[in-house]
Amino acid sequence: MAEDTDQILRAILTDVLGLAPGQAASFEADTGLFGHLPELDSMAVAGLLTEMEDRLGIMIDDDEIDGEMLETYGGLLGFAETKTREAKNAQA
Amino acid sequence: MKPLLWPCPASAGEPSREYALQFSASGCATLLIVPALFDEGNRMRRLTVEVQRRLADEHGIASVLPDLPGCNESLADLALQTPASWQRAMIACARQLGATHVLGVRGGSLVTPSGYPTLHYAPVTGASILRQMLRAHVLAAREAGREERREDVLDRARREGITLCGHNLGADFITAFEALEPAAEASILAQGTLGGSGLWLRAEPSDDPDQADALALAIAGWIEGEAA
Repeated sequence: MAEDTDQILRAILTDVLGLAPGQAASFEADTGLFGHLPELDSMAVAGLLTEMEDRLGIMIDDDEIDGEMLETYGGLLGFAETKTREAKNAQA
Repeated sequence: MKPLLWPCPASAGEPSREYALQFSASGCATLLIVPALFDEGNRMRRLTVEVQRRLADEHGIASVLPDLPGCNESLADLALQTPASWQRAMIACARQLGATHVLGVRGGSLVTPSGYPTLHYAPVTGASILRQMLRAHVLAAREAGREERREDVLDRARREGITLCGHNLGADFITAFEALEPAAEASILAQGTLGGSGLWLRAEPSDDPDQADALALAIAGWIEGEAA
């Protein structure tokens, strides 16, 4: 499950950032995102979060969005994994 | 490719003239393309025009890509528009420019004129577009040091209108738009059938010749199927 979330998240970033196939595979936990990539502005982040909701089957409240979670790939993945686990538990 | 002006019924006062991009072709079909909305409109524009070019050159299908009043080159006040005024504009445009078929791109699918064979490419609900714009608004406010809640922003927008991601939207627009869904009778072309991901997702406007090829081919196939 955790691996799936990782792959889905890399696929979403590939789509949002227009990366070449496979480029997102090189993302490490400390790869910088929001604040590091100029094209990732608030509009793009909104799109990214909406896409995460749709593809991971989660709901993200505005309160949950903070700079730390968006700053690195590891931060975003940790958040996504927690949310997918919660969503799965809520279903069970 | 030819830019032209067409007379558009005004929501109030004198009719205005709006811009459209026209591609002529040898065949007898003319496709009206209702563009994607707001930021998605910018991100999808190049692909949309590339599809027009391929439809004309490779499939003999003429097309016209009008501006929605208040969007792109339009001088009309966006704050005075509603989804209904957009749809009236598209009905007038289809009639004046002799459309035989209609394509809605993304949010453009919400205001396609009825009465024509219609294809919706990756259609989306008004609520979904609005949700994303509100989220971007809240994130931008937070960056500027203001805490706002999406629900409060939406409540205020319903009462007094709002400037959302640079777009001035009236209260009437917001209340109508958030309940809007693409017409059920249209055929649907899903992104998954084209290969590659939707260009509306991109942080920066982009281009994809392979997707333009696939989209033009799918549209041409649909028009042919409608004639059979």
